[in-house]
Amino acid sequence: MSLDAQGRETTIEQEATIGLSQGQVIWKRFKKHKLAVISIFVLATTIILAFTSVGIVIGGNGQLVVDKETLLLRPDGWYIKGWWQWDWFTVGAKDLVNGAPTWNHPFGQDDIGRDIFARVMRGMQQSLLVTFIVGFLSTAIGVVLGSLAGYYRKWTDSVIMRVADIILIVPVLVLGAVLGRSVGGGALFLAIMLGLVAWPGLARLVRGEFLSLREREFVDAAVVSGASARHIIFKHILPNSIGVIVVNTTLLMSAAILIETSLSFLGFGITPPDVSLGQIINEYQTAFQTRPWLFWYPGLFIILIALCINFIGDGLRDAFDPRQRRDDFTKEGFFKSLFGGKKIEADHDEVIVGTTQRENI
Amino acid sequence: MFLFVARRTVATLMVLIVASFFVYVLTAYSGDPLQELRLDTTPAGIAKMNHAIEVLNLNTPPVLRYFTWLPGAMGCLIGQCDLGISLAKGEFPVTMLLGQAMGSTLQLITLASVLAIILGVAVGMTTALRQYSGYDYTVTFFTFVIYSLPVFWVAVLLKQYGAVELNKFIENPDIPIWLIIVLSIFMGFVVQAVLGGERRQRLISVAFGAVGTMVVLGFLTFTRWTTSPSIGIVGVALISFALAAIVLAASVGFSQKVPTMIMLGVAAFSTAMWYPVWYLLEVNQEQGFLWLLGVIIVFALVGWALGWFFGGEDRKSYSKLAAILGALTILPHLFNLFFVRWDNYKRLIQIKNGVIPTFGSETAGLNGDTWMGAFDVLLHMVLPTVALLLVSFAGYTRYSRASLLEVMNQDYVRTARAKGLSERKVITRHAFRNAMIPIATIVALDIGGLIGGAVITEDIFGWSGMGALFALGLRVVDVNLVMGFFLVSGVAIVIFNVVADLIYSALDPRIRVS
Repeated sequence: MSLDAQGRETTIEQEATIGLSQGQVIWKRFKKHKLAVISIFVLATTIILAFTSVGIVIGGNGQLVVDKETLLLRPDGWYIKGWWQWDWFTVGAKDLVNGAPTWNHPFGQDDIGRDIFARVMRGMQQSLLVTFIVGFLSTAIGVVLGSLAGYYRKWTDSVIMRVADIILIVPVLVLGAVLGRSVGGGALFLAIMLGLVAWPGLARLVRGEFLSLREREFVDAAVVSGASARHIIFKHILPNSIGVIVVNTTLLMSAAILIETSLSFLGFGITPPDVSLGQIINEYQTAFQTRPWLFWYPGLFIILIALCINFIGDGLRDAFDPRQRRDDFTKEGFFKSLFGGKKIEADHDEVIVGTTQRENI
Repeated sequence: MFLFVARRTVATLMVLIVASFFVYVLTAYSGDPLQELRLDTTPAGIAKMNHAIEVLNLNTPPVLRYFTWLPGAMGCLIGQCDLGISLAKGEFPVTMLLGQAMGSTLQLITLASVLAIILGVAVGMTTALRQYSGYDYTVTFFTFVIYSLPVFWVAVLLKQYGAVELNKFIENPDIPIWLIIVLSIFMGFVVQAVLGGERRQRLISVAFGAVGTMVVLGFLTFTRWTTSPSIGIVGVALISFALAAIVLAASVGFSQKVPTMIMLGVAAFSTAMWYPVWYLLEVNQEQGFLWLLGVIIVFALVGWALGWFFGGEDRKSYSKLAAILGALTILPHLFNLFFVRWDNYKRLIQIKNGVIPTFGSETAGLNGDTWMGAFDVLLHMVLPTVALLLVSFAGYTRYSRASLLEVMNQDYVRTARAKGLSERKVITRHAFRNAMIPIATIVALDIGGLIGGAVITEDIFGWSGMGALFALGLRVVDVNLVMGFFLVSGVAIVIFNVVADLIYSALDPRIRVS
C-alpha cells in the first residue's frame, strides 16, 4: 500500500491505472494481449488488400452487364477498378493447362481462366461487408431493445422478449437461408437480413445487465437529481455494460462470417455471378485432389478473418473486465511457460466464448 | 415445479405458433414450387402440375394456406399429426419422412455429442489444472483456430485426409523409420506437457510416451496390422487393462491397493469372457443388439459386484466406478466381432472406394449379417462424426476450462484443501462435480440445437437426416417439408431449454425454478 496525491491509500491495481482515462486503461490492458494486437494489424491489412486490389462496386444488382463503350462485361453499378491487373469475372486464356499458380496468377486460375486471387479478394469483400453490417446492425438493435426491456420492464419487456423468443426459436442458419432465398442473392441484402435476426442474444444480455445495474445507487442518484430516462439509459447505465456489448459484438461478427459462407456454400446466400468465399469452395470442392489451389485459399482467408475477430474479442474481454488479469497470449506469459513449471495463481474466471453463438452447422 | 413446466409450455407454444407462421410465409414466398414442372409442357406434364397445385392447395395465398396447415400440426398435441405430404419426396406424408430422418440424425449426433463431451471436458479440465502451462496455451490457441473453421471446408479436407489418404495407408501401412522416431519424440513431449510435474517425472513421462508410440507404430507397420486387423484375446486383454488404467487415473489414482485390485479384476473378467461373448453374439445374431445390451448389463453388474464385495469402506464409489469400467470393456469385444469380418467386408464393398467411405449412411445392398451391417454404418459415421465433433469439442473445452478455474477459486475448495484432503480428492470430489453443473446445462441446450440436424455436415457427407431434409425442402420450395423440419427442431430447442433449467435447479439447490 502506498499513498496517492490526496493522501489516500492505493492498492497495487490502482497504482497501475493512476492518472489514466477509462479509454487509456482499456487500451493499456488490450495491448498486453499480443495476439489481439497482431490480429488488429492483420485484419486491417486484409481489409485494405481486399478493397483496393480488385476494386469495388457501388450499387448495382450484382449482375454482369455489357459496357457500352468497350463492349466488355463489367459489373452493374458504379465500378471502380483496383490495382490488381485481373478481375473476378473476366474469362481469359489459361497460362497453364490446369490453371496452376504462376507469377502472373499467384493463386492460380479456374477452369475458364478467371484469376483466383481476384475471386478470393472479391469474396473477401462480400464476407467482410456481411460481417461488419451484421455486427453493426444487430448490435444497434440488440442494445436499444435490450436497454428498453431492461429499463422499463413490465409490458415493454414482455413484448420485446417474446419477439426475441420467436426469432431465437428458429435456428439462425434456417432463418438466414429462408430470408436469403426470399430477398435474392446480393451481399448487402443478405447482410441486412442476417443483421435483423441476429440481435436477440445480445438483447437478452443487455437486458440482464440493465436489470441488475438499474438497482444500483448511482442510478438512484441520477433519478433523484432529475435526469431523464434517456439520459440515464445512455449516459449512466449503458457505459457500464459496454464491455459485455463489445465482446459479444465480436462474437457475433465471427459467427456472421461463418454463417454467410455456409449459406453461400449451400447456395442460399450470395449467388453467381457475384462471388463469395463459401460459394468458391462449393464450386471447386470436387477439384481438391487435382487442383488444391482452388480450394485452399478461400478457406484460409475465412479462417484468417474469423480467427482475427475472435482474438480481438478475447483481447477486448481481458481489457474490459477489470476483475481479471490474465497472462494468456502475452509474450512473457507464453515463453516462460512453454516448458512448464510457472504457476500463477488464477485471479478470476474468464467469460467464455459462447457455443450458443456458434451454430452447430 | 409442475406449474413452472406448464407455464413455460403454454408460453412457448404461442411463440412456436407465431414463429411457424413467419417461417411458413417466408418459405412459400422464397421461390416457385412448380419451377421444374413448368418446363414440361406436354399434356402429361400439365396434368402433373395441376395435380400438384391441387394436392398442395397452391391457389390459396400462403398467408391463408398457413391456416389449412395449422390444424394438422396442432393435431400433434393430441397424437394425430398431419403435416401434409411432401412433393419432393414422392408424395409421402411428412411425418413419416421426419421419423426416418430423426432416426438417422439421432444416430449421427449421439456418438458425436458423447465423444465431444468426454474429450472436451477432459481436455478443458486438464488445461485448467495446468493453467498458464505450455499445454494450456497450445490448447487454447487451437480451440480458437477450431472455433474459426468453416465446417464445409474442414469436411472437404476430411474427405481427402480422413478417407482417401487413410484408406491408402490402411492398404499399405508403411511408416518410414525417421517418421516413427519424429512422432515418438513428439508424443513424448506431448505426454509430459499434459501430465506435468517435476523435472524427474516429466522425463519419465517423455520416456513412456516415446517408447509407447514407437511400439505401437512399429507394430502397425511391421505386422501390417491394418491390412487385416484383428483383436483376439491379447487385444481384448490389452484394451481392457488400458481402460482400467484410464478409469483409475481419472478417479482415485494408482496409489491405493483396493480400487486398483478391483479394476484389475474387472479387466481380467473381461479378458476371460473373450470367447463366451464372441460365441454368444455370433450365435444370436437375430436379436444381436438385445444380446449386446444384455452382455453390457452383465459386465456392468459384475463390475458393480466386485466393487461392492471387495470395496471395504468406500464400496459405494468403487462399485460405481467398477460398473462403468465393466460397461466400457465391451468395446474391445465389439471390435473383435467387427474385425473378424474385415476381409469379407472388403470383398463385399467396392474396394476402390476404400474402407472408410466419404458419402452416404450405409452401403446399399450389402449382403452381410447383423454385425457387418453395424460395422458398415459405423464406418460411414466416421467422417461426419469427426466434422461435428470438432466444433462442439472446441466449445466444451473452453467452457469446462473456465468452469473449473472458477470453481477452483471458491472458498469450499480452499476449505477442502485446508482440512487436509489430497489434491486429487479436492479435484474429483469437490471441484469437478461443481464445475460440471454449468456444463450439464450447456450440453442440454446443445443437444436441443443438434436435433435439428447438422445441415451442412449432412449435406456434404450425404447423410439423409433432418438437415438434409431441410436443405432439400428449401431448394425445391417444399413448404410442408421445411415446416416439418422447423416444427421438430423448434420443439426440440424448447424442450431442451426447459430440461436445461430443470437440470440446473436439480444439480444446484441454490437455484429454484419458479
